[in-house]
Amino acid sequence: MASVMQMARLMQGNEAVAEAAIAAGVNFYAGYPITPSTEIAEFMARKLPLTGGVFIQMEDEISSMAAIIGASLTGAKAITATSGPGFSLMQENIGYAVMAEVPCVIINVMRLGPSTGMPTAPGQGDVMQARWGTHGDHPVIALCPSSVTESYELTVRAVNLAERFRTPVILLLDEVVAHLRERIILPAQEDIKLINRVKPAGNDSSYLPYRPIDNGIPPMSDIGGGYRHNVTGLVHDERGIPSNDPGVAGALISRLMTKVADYTGEIYMSDGYLLEDAEIAVVAYGAVARSARRAVKEARQDQIAAGLWRPVSLWPFPGKEIEELSRRVRCIIVAEMNSGQMAGEVERHAGGRCPVVSLAKVNGELIAPGEIHRRIREVYTGA
Amino acid sequence: MPDVIKEYFRPGSLPHMWCPGCGTGIVLQSFLRAIHHLGYRRDDVAVVGGIGCSARAVSYIDFNTVHTTHGRALAFATGIKLAKPDLQVFVIMGDGDAAAIGGNHLIHSARRNIDLNVLVINNSVYGMTGGQCSPLTPTGSRTATSPYGSLERQLNIVNLVAAAGGTFVARSTAYHAKLTGELIEQGVANKGFSFIEVISQCPTGFGRKNGPSDPAAMLQWQKDKAVMAEKYGKLPEEEAKGKFPIGVLFRDEAPDYTDIYLGMSSRAGRGKESGGKDND
Repeated sequence: MASVMQMARLMQGNEAVAEAAIAAGVNFYAGYPITPSTEIAEFMARKLPLTGGVFIQMEDEISSMAAIIGASLTGAKAITATSGPGFSLMQENIGYAVMAEVPCVIINVMRLGPSTGMPTAPGQGDVMQARWGTHGDHPVIALCPSSVTESYELTVRAVNLAERFRTPVILLLDEVVAHLRERIILPAQEDIKLINRVKPAGNDSSYLPYRPIDNGIPPMSDIGGGYRHNVTGLVHDERGIPSNDPGVAGALISRLMTKVADYTGEIYMSDGYLLEDAEIAVVAYGAVARSARRAVKEARQDQIAAGLWRPVSLWPFPGKEIEELSRRVRCIIVAEMNSGQMAGEVERHAGGRCPVVSLAKVNGELIAPGEIHRRIREVYTGA
Repeated sequence: MPDVIKEYFRPGSLPHMWCPGCGTGIVLQSFLRAIHHLGYRRDDVAVVGGIGCSARAVSYIDFNTVHTTHGRALAFATGIKLAKPDLQVFVIMGDGDAAAIGGNHLIHSARRNIDLNVLVINNSVYGMTGGQCSPLTPTGSRTATSPYGSLERQLNIVNLVAAAGGTFVARSTAYHAKLTGELIEQGVANKGFSFIEVISQCPTGFGRKNGPSDPAAMLQWQKDKAVMAEKYGKLPEEEAKGKFPIGVLFRDEAPDYTDIYLGMSSRAGRGKESGGKDND
């Protein structure tokens, strides 16, 4: 068995994502180079051929997304990585993966947008795009790490959730976490719990590719696996055949929503720090949560009862925890590198029971601990 | 329709959605006859379509079928083929699907020479949306979005695919149903990117505005204007005018991308096992 020293590495977030993807059983990567996510593609280009997997650099992000869906349909565990402009290009096919229920993982390393923005500067402006970027009503699972170790853990989890729920899962890193180098102790492969999609039993004449079983999800048959069927982005019946029937359409869209909504307990993830007696709660995620943690600690030294609540599953959003917080804190401060995208979500769940203050920064700089500390003091003194 | 071909349709999938006189059904029958003749197990065949009248064919037929997004069928097919190289992968697209929104994927799939068998059913217009002009609409034609005649030059899609690196490039028409099937079989025998343009008729979206609108007359036009490639090459310039070559138009020898990738992967894997540096 490998010792801790053997398993310890100094690694950046992007590398941890790529390492974790291989450990999670990913055997197909299609992507297009884009800052600040490119290290993931470079790592996969080196590693996948060695493990019998496939790496392909596609002609753009649209085709990258299409290729991973195609690969996943044959039974592969497939991922891609990108940043804002590429994430925008992927949206249509992300919707296809939702509609056709194709497991896959999209890693989006957030940089300052809109448009080309500042390619090397961090941002968190894609959290609402992750939620609503593709058209139509749809479920989404999006996870957001704030350390290198967590980037590793959440990549494994993202691959597992995609397989569990037959849906695309988005991993939202920001540029700071992606390029941050930290010590990480890699888990032994046998300690990593992997989830594989449920497949239909052999020779099941009653199998229908879009009829869910008791776990809420239809078993998935690989292309070439003997259950020939149609896969389409059109509204379709349980056989996968296109339909214009409003009854079929309504049932399908609501099933797509509830297959995630009914199992949020398996998805929700959050983290608290000094929240038990907190009067002021800071909400932050990704790299900003690191600054917030420091700010909370410093506020405590000033005898201000501050705490940190960090959503890890941004979507579905663990809003019940905000509801509960809003009943016992004086104020919630939401610190994020965008114009207050999650502040709106927090406000919705706080339901007016306490004020929600947005600390928004959109200049390509990480929010510093001092900025959050100052805001905590201002709120505390009522300034 | 002969019973042997009927069997390739999914139960309940007929009647189809194509207009009376449409050429897509004829081309689809050529396709199914070719597959039948090749004797593939249906489980081993994947048929990928984009969006449009032609691509809708995939939902009707009893294979592993993937009806994708507009223009992206080749990119989906690339993922399928690379992840499971043993599958026979066919791609059916229309002219707008393949040449306009999917043009970039067409170039790069041909450049990779990945082993896909591509059928582009060219009816000169976007049929599904009501007959708008496409990159393959003949210049000057009236369509729903070129009411005064289309201004843009028509893309020569077979030359494009040959220039990009496709290793089997052919053309047929809906009228030449037997030839279409033969070309599909020859394309399958080519391990690499095989591309067949099938010129078809859209009486509703193209014929009514430009004449003739009678499907039989449109098929007659295909018969009159299409000349087998060998013969076409020998026609005097005057006689070649207004005609177009059909049959195999271009062939080349190049390794298939899937084979190249698997070769590289196996060499790289061996290098690792024999103590080669795995630079992580």
